[in-house]
Amino acid sequence: MLKTIGVEKVEDLFAQIPEAHRFPDLNLPPQQTEMEIAADLAEISGSNGSTKDLLNFIGAGAYDHYTPAAVDNLLQRGEFYTAYTPYQPEISQGTLQAIFEYQSMIGNLTGMDVSNASHYDGATACAEAVILAYHHFRGKRHKVLLSRALNPQYREVVRTYMQGITDLAITGDEQEVGIDADLKNFTALIDNDTALVIVQYPDFFGRVIDYKPLIEAAHAEGVLVAVATNPTALALLTPPGEIGADIVVGDGQPLGIPLSYGGPYLGFFAVNEPLIRKLAGRLVGATTDVQGQLAYVLTLTAREQHIRRDKATSNICSNQGLMMLASTIYLTLLGKHGFKQVANLCYQKAHYAAKKVTSIQGYEQQFGETPFFHEFVIKTPGHVEHLLEDLRSYDILGGYDLSKDYPELENCLMMAVTEKLNKADIDLLHDALIEVTHD
Amino acid sequence: MEYPNNLKYMKTDEWIKVENGVGTIGISDYAQDSLSDVVYVEFAVDPGDKVSAGDNLATIESVKAAAEVNMPVSGTILEVNTGLSDTPEVLNEAPYMDGWLVKVQLDDESELDALMDAAAYEAYCQNR
Repeated sequence: MLKTIGVEKVEDLFAQIPEAHRFPDLNLPPQQTEMEIAADLAEISGSNGSTKDLLNFIGAGAYDHYTPAAVDNLLQRGEFYTAYTPYQPEISQGTLQAIFEYQSMIGNLTGMDVSNASHYDGATACAEAVILAYHHFRGKRHKVLLSRALNPQYREVVRTYMQGITDLAITGDEQEVGIDADLKNFTALIDNDTALVIVQYPDFFGRVIDYKPLIEAAHAEGVLVAVATNPTALALLTPPGEIGADIVVGDGQPLGIPLSYGGPYLGFFAVNEPLIRKLAGRLVGATTDVQGQLAYVLTLTAREQHIRRDKATSNICSNQGLMMLASTIYLTLLGKHGFKQVANLCYQKAHYAAKKVTSIQGYEQQFGETPFFHEFVIKTPGHVEHLLEDLRSYDILGGYDLSKDYPELENCLMMAVTEKLNKADIDLLHDALIEVTHD
Repeated sequence: MEYPNNLKYMKTDEWIKVENGVGTIGISDYAQDSLSDVVYVEFAVDPGDKVSAGDNLATIESVKAAAEVNMPVSGTILEVNTGLSDTPEVLNEAPYMDGWLVKVQLDDESELDALMDAAAYEAYCQNR
């Protein structure tokens, strides 16, 4: 082959690289067998802490739920095992059916008319909502309001996505978080130059807040409202669609997708029919073929580049197909009743945990009596960072230190509780907290 | 393919008919045929908007593609045929009649001189 392309030896292929850099000495250990390497790697990975071995009270957007074993088994079938939605979609009826079922489930959960076939994660779904709203008003409205109780990472991603659009102000989240939801001040920022308002439900702090008055005020100015939400919570709460949301987004990670640094997670995105043409991504519909049999088709890809070319307003087309499938299998296995049961267990256990923790001298709920789902904020008597470090020696991940994102919430610890924790686990946390507090 | 004589045409397949300083704008028979079934019309202008020749006035989506529609002239938008959003098929059925897109008050009728007449447009289309 070397002869055919006219060179003498392999080294000649690298002739264009400056000689001094051509074959640098690599600082590598002596070669090892595969068996030795496997042992080395196992030792390194053994030094990781994992939620398998630790009691985990961290949430803050990603939740440690139990995933039935069947989810992974079905997911790894060769027919499904790709992250991509097919480019000649109708030939993959199984994938289209899965997307159709996923869309139907998201529609049911959120109380919205249509869902697309997913985004990368909750944060990017939020950013797509901003893009949708900006184009919906053809760039003529110049303000998007983000609640400060919207996940800080989502807000950051929104700002990153929109940095090229210089005539759009992303604002509303400057005012410090107070004891109540501060909805009055936030609502007052809405005007007829506002394209979109994004709130979270339950909010980043786990609080369940009635957004109806805010949504009505927004609609009075013709403003769109996006609600970022947690799908597990929707098994219990009134769906955002029923309180008037125009767009519902969120992270589908709680639906059978493992905790993982950097993902892959799953963003869901649902709208009502008036915005169906503005929906990013793709929409699968059911129809009948020439023989009268049920068939699934790609009904709409209104924003994508293969239709819109340079006028495409979204880059989403190869979405999180595999994660979407995982969530569909998860919800199917649990069923309506089982899913509700999971949500109810989260709710009850979180409330038990909040009661236990606040029974300790010096620990109180930062937001008082405000209703919450499965996450809550505790005002601690000391330094949260030290507290969390001390809890680690009890094999407990005690929660999320809020002071990093919210300087006004000094000494505040956010804790999430899922169905995976039992009463003994929560009691253990309680006892450990007492010990580390008295030290 | 029809090329009505009383219209002026753009290379990008828009037509305009001017009566008493008011222009009616649409897309040509050739354009609707090339697009095939139109499924959606999204307007980029509202009545009262000031527009310049070349500005985007609407996007037409068909089962095959999405196409931009541009202003042949400058002026003020008087009317937008928003009904098309619900009955996009009218664009295929009657591109020169009920399928009109916007009406505009012209700033300067001499801009029409830059456009093609029916014969020139027909010759242009046949060579594509």
